[in-house]
Amino acid sequence: METASNFLNIKDVSTAFKINGQFYDAISHINLQVHHDEILAIVGESGCGKSTLATTIMGLHDPAETKISGEIDFEGTNLLNLDDDGYNDFRGAKIGMIFQDPLSALNPLKRIEDQISEVMDYHTSLSKEEKHERVLQLLDEVGIVNPKRTAHQFPHELSGGMRQRVIIAIAIACKPDLIIADEPTTALDVTIQAQILDVLRDIQKENHAGIILITHDLGVVAETADRVAVMYAGQIVEEGTAEQVFNTPEHPYTRSLLRSMPQRDNENDDLYVIKGNVPSLQKMPSTGDRFAPRIPWVPASAHEENPSMHEVAPGHEVRCTCYKEFSFPDEKGSVTV
Amino acid sequence: MWKTILRRFLIMIPEVIILSILVFLLAKAMPGDPFTGSINPKADPQQIHHLMKINGLYDPWYQQYWQWVVHLFHGNLGNSYQYQEPVTRLIAGRAGNTLWLALFTMILTYAFALPMGVFAGRHEGKLPDTIIRVYTYVTYCIPFFVILVIGIWIFGYVFGWFPTTGSISAEASGSGWLQTIGSRFYHILLPGILGALFGTVNIVQYLRSEVIDAKGSDYVRTARSKGVPSKDIYRHHIFRNSLLPIAAFAGYSITGLLNGSIFTETVFSYPGMGLLFVNSISYRDYTVITALVLIYGILNLIGTLLSDIILSIVDPRIRIE
Amino acid sequence: MSLIEIKDLKVHYPIRTGFWNRITDSVRAVDGITFNIEAGETYGLVGESGSGKSTTGKSVVGLEKVTSGSIMYKGVDITKKANRTKLDYNQDVQMIFQDSLSSLNPRKRIEDIIAEPLRNFEHLSKDDEKLRVLQLLDIVGLDADALYKYPHQFSGGQRQRIGVARAVATNPKLIIADEPVSALDLSVQAQVLNFMKKIQREFGISYLFISHDLGVVRHMCNNIAIMNRGRLVEIGTREDIYNHPLHIYTKRLLAAIPETNVNQRAAHRASRLAVEKIYQEQQSKYYDENGEAFPLIQVSPTHAVALPENIAKQLASQEGEVQA
Repeated sequence: METASNFLNIKDVSTAFKINGQFYDAISHINLQVHHDEILAIVGESGCGKSTLATTIMGLHDPAETKISGEIDFEGTNLLNLDDDGYNDFRGAKIGMIFQDPLSALNPLKRIEDQISEVMDYHTSLSKEEKHERVLQLLDEVGIVNPKRTAHQFPHELSGGMRQRVIIAIAIACKPDLIIADEPTTALDVTIQAQILDVLRDIQKENHAGIILITHDLGVVAETADRVAVMYAGQIVEEGTAEQVFNTPEHPYTRSLLRSMPQRDNENDDLYVIKGNVPSLQKMPSTGDRFAPRIPWVPASAHEENPSMHEVAPGHEVRCTCYKEFSFPDEKGSVTV
Repeated sequence: MWKTILRRFLIMIPEVIILSILVFLLAKAMPGDPFTGSINPKADPQQIHHLMKINGLYDPWYQQYWQWVVHLFHGNLGNSYQYQEPVTRLIAGRAGNTLWLALFTMILTYAFALPMGVFAGRHEGKLPDTIIRVYTYVTYCIPFFVILVIGIWIFGYVFGWFPTTGSISAEASGSGWLQTIGSRFYHILLPGILGALFGTVNIVQYLRSEVIDAKGSDYVRTARSKGVPSKDIYRHHIFRNSLLPIAAFAGYSITGLLNGSIFTETVFSYPGMGLLFVNSISYRDYTVITALVLIYGILNLIGTLLSDIILSIVDPRIRIE
Repeated sequence: MSLIEIKDLKVHYPIRTGFWNRITDSVRAVDGITFNIEAGETYGLVGESGSGKSTTGKSVVGLEKVTSGSIMYKGVDITKKANRTKLDYNQDVQMIFQDSLSSLNPRKRIEDIIAEPLRNFEHLSKDDEKLRVLQLLDIVGLDADALYKYPHQFSGGQRQRIGVARAVATNPKLIIADEPVSALDLSVQAQVLNFMKKIQREFGISYLFISHDLGVVRHMCNNIAIMNRGRLVEIGTREDIYNHPLHIYTKRLLAAIPETNVNQRAAHRASRLAVEKIYQEQQSKYYDENGEAFPLIQVSPTHAVALPENIAKQLASQEGEVQA
């Protein structure tokens, strides 16, 4: 998948957190590329490491509490070699981030205008008036009806959807090449969610940016993403285009997730429940397929000792060989709590 | 905005009335009478009875209260039984001393507490933080008057650096204004510093945890992801947001200072309202006690009023247009 | 007779303004809604944040002071506290909350959490009580060693099941479930939903299922009410709402649900934008001059919509529905 438009190349990145004096991997050996003009969705359930990946790319971890290895090549610079000051040239300027909870992500004591123009203070040489103009233009771009009024307001005076638009305005203020959106619509109503996703898509087209969309919502992924990486227990287990992952899912985890969604035709059936739990960081096995304990009917021989990614179609990769033999047990209603 | 302040002010009126009634009744409920013990013990009980009568002390409480309120509005708080002079003049002579000491203590308190709290919060878990925390815990555990006594003993007696009684030295009181001010300042230095050391504890601990909270907040993460350098994040986001509750707290700290002044002035024999209060209690000087408690009570109410106003000005979330 | 009959329920909060803090207006959180919940069914109440759906739920449990209207249970209006006490209403109607961590007392052990409603209502002996708690844990699929643990020692799904165990402890007739799965992961959500259905089958419990997630509501509910700005805009069976929505607000909600069918992405987006356009442009057709929903009009025995009668009938006939 090495092409000229790869501007972000994540190579073998692991991030470990210190828990009671010992380091445990929250994400291990992640390989990913992001291209211009695409939305890459990273999807998984809580604790799978998708947000850790985002904060690792942004360099937001406390170095005393985390150990990061691998390489994050962003337009020729390995971000992991940068110190905090060096990182600040990228954060806000070339990489913008959108957070989940738009209320707490804004400083309650600062006016919207100040919070948006702050990012330009550090990355542009615009004059005060130019920044003011740009703030109004950005607010308009993200779909705020009365930019002048909103610029002068405080976060608590805005609705959740408007706050999220402001967060997006901050993220795109310096026209970054990469936008990381961490659960950008989780706190919002569905109708607002749809609008925010539209805004995201529009700014991606306009700026030729690459977007990493982190979400747990398969519906959001299917509606928005060009490519999808499914994460489980700190690893990517399946990667491919949205069509590949949704139309021909291969990994047992992807298939299980899709099956546990309430669908149009299964109203009277029980939903599929994945057995067991995600192992905690401290109990993560170092070898073997991490998903194997949750599909106990699949024989051990079907799994790899050290599962690696296998290409099933061009651009479509799946971890571990067990996908070949995997099927759901027939008695579907009987798999209950 | 002004409407809110005015309304808040009007609410104070019934509070003051209730306060004054309570104060008056409490003073009345104290055992003993103002004459027993203060005049010749061999005095004729008949004569005491007569004194009580002409002073209206046998009237029903509400009549006495009403009398007191009427006089109050004429600036007449009665005569002190103990000093035989008008309470107004008595208190006016002391109020200045207390005010200067309180103001000085307050300035010192914030001058110590703000840097300490911010520093401890910023370097959470590191050595300076640990030292500051040990200091706050130790100070918190020792009663205030013990701190005062120890302070007076070490710095007043052992080293002899500071005066231990009074508000001005005898030599200075007759000479020029420069000596007068110098001596007065010299006299409030030690009580002020000791008061401030004690007063910092709450503010340091509060500010420290505010800074730590702010450090981990989502809006600081947003600022970091904008590429704002660490020192600017502290300056523009963390300090301001952490200081907000402290600023609002400033009004309430008047209360603490006044309570503290009672200890400080007693231990230092500093002629302020606090010392007067303690003396008046031991002499059952009702008129002075009621006047002082009323003043202290009203100052407390003003303190909370100030806090409310400050908060409504500095915090946009509760700012009322 | 229905299990619960809610009639013209209103919950208004006063807005105080001016120098004297006089009540000048009110927030009409719930503004005259009427619906019935049948025994053994799951009734879905759907709306966006601020629609008043949670306030409605709280009113039914008796946690909210009702401004006017009635909630009839066994022929008695339970909006009055005295009636709730007389009927032991709070034993029959329980609640499950969205946030399982903050709704369980962190300093109490699971045994005490689950036993609390029993202690309030049933006064069992210590041994009987323990037996009952163990039974309840078994029903929700947790081991006996859960008894002595604290809420934070469980995962979100387990905690939510503990919340359910507490709610079913008194053998309630109705459980108000306010966004019971919206904080949960997909796989855990499936677990809790299956489990809610299971105890419904076994004990004949009714649910008032409050949610913003139309996918989950479709899976759980036979009858659904759509709430918008304190009023109901549409009531119907699952079939009515999902296949023949009449009100633009319902259509808009349905169109906004993300579809997992990637191949239909463009078409789905186009239809969503088309609905959104109608919603923006034809406000006056679907809402009255104050921007509020019209009274409900019955268009079939099961289906009612908040529109002027002629428009409702016309839309219904377009959808090919049988006239009431």
